[in-house]
Amino acid sequence: MITLIKRPTPSRFWSFTTPVLAVIATMIAGGVLFSILGKDPVQAIKVIFWDPLLGPNAAYFRGQLLVKAGPLILIAAGLAVGFRAGIWNIGAEGQYIMGALAGASVALAAYPAESHWLFPAMVVAGALGGWIWGMIPAVLKVLFGTSEILVSLMLVYVAQNFLAWAAFGPLKNPEGYGFPGSRNLQQYPSAHNPELFAGTGMHWGVVAALIAVIATYVLMQRHIAGFRIRVAGEAPRAARFAGVLPANLVMFCLGLSGALAGLAGMFEVSGPSGQITDSFNAGYGFTAIIVAFLGRLNAIGILLAGLLMALTYIGGDMAQLMLGLPTAAIQVFQGMLLFFLLGFDLLTHYRLRLGKGSK
Amino acid sequence: MTGSLLKIEGLTKAYPGVVANDGVGFEVAPGEVHALLGENGAGKSTLVKMIYGLVKPDAGRMTFQGRPYTPAEPRAARAAGVAMVFQHFSLFEALNVAENVALGMENPPPMGDLAERIRAISTAYGLPLDPARTVGDLSAGERQRVEIIRCLLQDPKLLIMDEPTSVLTPQEVEILFHTLRKLAAEGTAILYISHKLEEIRSLCDGATILRGGKVVASCIPREKSARELAELMVGGEFAATDRAGRVSGATILEVDHLNLPPMTQFGPALKNVSFSLAAGEVLGIGGVAGNGQEELLATLSGERPSGAGTVSLHGQDISDLGPNDRRRLGLLAAPEERLGHAAVPNLSLTENAILTGTVRRPLTRNGFLNMGAARRFAEEIIKGFDVRTPGPHVAARALSGGNLQKFVIGREVLQSPEVLVVNQPTWGVDAAAAAAIRQSLLDLAAKGAAVIVISQDLDELMEIADRFCALNEGRLSEPRPTEGLTMEEIGLMLGGAHGMQEAAL
Ligand SMILES: Nc1ncnc2c1ncn2[C@@H]1O[C@H](COP(=O)(O)OP(=O)(O)OP(=O)(O)O)[C@@H](O)[C@H]1O
Ligand SMILES: [Mg+2]
Repeated sequence: MITLIKRPTPSRFWSFTTPVLAVIATMIAGGVLFSILGKDPVQAIKVIFWDPLLGPNAAYFRGQLLVKAGPLILIAAGLAVGFRAGIWNIGAEGQYIMGALAGASVALAAYPAESHWLFPAMVVAGALGGWIWGMIPAVLKVLFGTSEILVSLMLVYVAQNFLAWAAFGPLKNPEGYGFPGSRNLQQYPSAHNPELFAGTGMHWGVVAALIAVIATYVLMQRHIAGFRIRVAGEAPRAARFAGVLPANLVMFCLGLSGALAGLAGMFEVSGPSGQITDSFNAGYGFTAIIVAFLGRLNAIGILLAGLLMALTYIGGDMAQLMLGLPTAAIQVFQGMLLFFLLGFDLLTHYRLRLGKGSK
Repeated sequence: MTGSLLKIEGLTKAYPGVVANDGVGFEVAPGEVHALLGENGAGKSTLVKMIYGLVKPDAGRMTFQGRPYTPAEPRAARAAGVAMVFQHFSLFEALNVAENVALGMENPPPMGDLAERIRAISTAYGLPLDPARTVGDLSAGERQRVEIIRCLLQDPKLLIMDEPTSVLTPQEVEILFHTLRKLAAEGTAILYISHKLEEIRSLCDGATILRGGKVVASCIPREKSARELAELMVGGEFAATDRAGRVSGATILEVDHLNLPPMTQFGPALKNVSFSLAAGEVLGIGGVAGNGQEELLATLSGERPSGAGTVSLHGQDISDLGPNDRRRLGLLAAPEERLGHAAVPNLSLTENAILTGTVRRPLTRNGFLNMGAARRFAEEIIKGFDVRTPGPHVAARALSGGNLQKFVIGREVLQSPEVLVVNQPTWGVDAAAAAAIRQSLLDLAAKGAAVIVISQDLDELMEIADRFCALNEGRLSEPRPTEGLTMEEIGLMLGGAHGMQEAAL
């Protein structure tokens, strides 16, 4: 029988090793899954992890890597701050949508005027849109003690309906021959979030993601506010003794993660996606939760985890295309990653002891 | 006493940076009450945790009833006949006594039978306890009885008690000792850890004294004075507290008609609490923990804001200020619960120094942490208050109970407060260190600070307080000068509730 023994202090060694172990275990279990589906497992793993970076068409995919990783990292960086404090924003997807809608609305209202101020205004609007959507669960929690988990999650569906309504209604392209969807912002120079260096996939959203990583790292490791957030997650009573007001903490964390998710949506709609459609959101807000945990709620970890997750996205698409793997199999594969991470995570806090249990 | 029940040889356990137990050996005979003595961090808890199967020794041998004994986990220890009562209770407040006992058993009998057995044991051993009562309504002493009865139901050969009396009233201590003597007379051996040397002298047949993880002496406690025992523990002499040279000045803190609803479902409310405190004065607040002590500290520290005009400092109404604003004005506090309230278990001592230290110490610059300064502050506390630990990088939860207590008190005292409120300041602290903590509180008052000491330990309050009052069911009695106060008067102030009156007489 295996017994678990709590470690007196969490193991540093394992907290760095578990993500690597989780990736390896995912490769093995994924390989088994793919071979059951009748595919060559080695080939499938190679297509997912290797080809996007170093395969024959890698030049194109490498750009995609940053395009996909950017929003994941930007959202996850904000979520991790709240998760550290024990505040569970599960609705980043909704905040992402609202940020995109707010940013696009500003652009479309100004169309076709050209101004240097338009893009900065869209950035502010995007952040604000996400912030407001994040503040709804925050205020409800503070005033009525509702669960931010449920409220933020439910607001995703509200946001999705908003999105559909806007795409078919007020934001619909008047010159779009009746097709749903807004004007394409890629063709509106003042509002366009372009690729900054050709072929890299680097756009302003990726820049923002890097800034967010550095800023949240400094906040959590070097600033008293981040210290208090960590204390609140570890020992709520000690946090109150240290002067943390729970209400402020809830509003700060949900507001911050909402604003960052809103920014991610804004950069996406003005850049890689270009337009508001009813299927604009692609699940970044949910995947970012995985990214946050895969990165150990640590800014640098999130940077790496975001890149890894983006890789499995791109590799997954390629595997679908080239090997005919079903979408569901790819999603199971991505789910395995979180599953193994949380499973191996036990090792940081517990020691395993093999031995006979009594009886 | 013939033969030995438990024999320990060469038991060793090392943690990173410290050897908690180093070749420890001793024997306990059946029916013997054996004390484990030692300073904070001497390794007493580690030793009994090894006997109870919670910690695995690195080396050494244990023999129990003549057979080699290597408990892999507490369950194995219990099966062999070893039971343990912890200082921190693991009870569910919302469940009743019988349900709590059942939860700790491997094969609980039907509830009716169990309640019957609980009643039988509690009358047999003079531990009054109603199996149907909700644990949330019980006093600390009654909760401990639940834990003891849970142990006695297993009919143990050896009962381990780690600092059982620090949360008990004198009367509850008497009841406990009565039970322990009866158990010993029936042949149960008892391994007893306490820092209260007088108790050990009256209860224990033998004692093993640990220092720095090693056995340094063994003796028969009755044959030594408390002072001699304390000196065996520290390996030298220690000074008695000196309360000379204090003059009280102007009023600093004023609490006026403070009323507060309970903080928790089972907690007491504060009712019409009023007192004032002068510079250079030590006010002792006695009474059994759980009568509003925690609540009073929380309102003074600023964790729980109170109604306008109820708390004022230097004439300024501070009722709605939070903890950090109060720290800025010089009002500091040290709560009784060390882990999770006064300190964060998983954070290092350096980070725990930051927890309350940023307002009065330059540990931050524009909100950014100055880790170097924080580490130096932590080192200053460790040095100034003789905290036994490898260094400031160690997590708070790896410290022994008494050492963390010293750290928590030191952290506040070294911030030069104008008013300091401490709750159970020497709870779990060894005699020498307790004297040092009391002296530091007196020194603080001598420098002109006002100090409030909330404590269950009447001797402690009589030793250091200028005025004394009692907190009982959320009501505070009128403070009176301790000089010339008789035990009878104290008993009356304590209000007779919980039998404190008889106990104090
Ligand atoms: N889990 C742990 N990890 C690291 N060090 C530990 C751990 N538990 C105890 N120690 C260290 O071992 C030594 C002995 O601690 P122990 O708790 O046994 O002391 P104690 O005699 O019970 O003291 P006290 O009277 O303060 O309760 C201390 O130096 C302590 O810091
Ligand atoms: Mg101990």
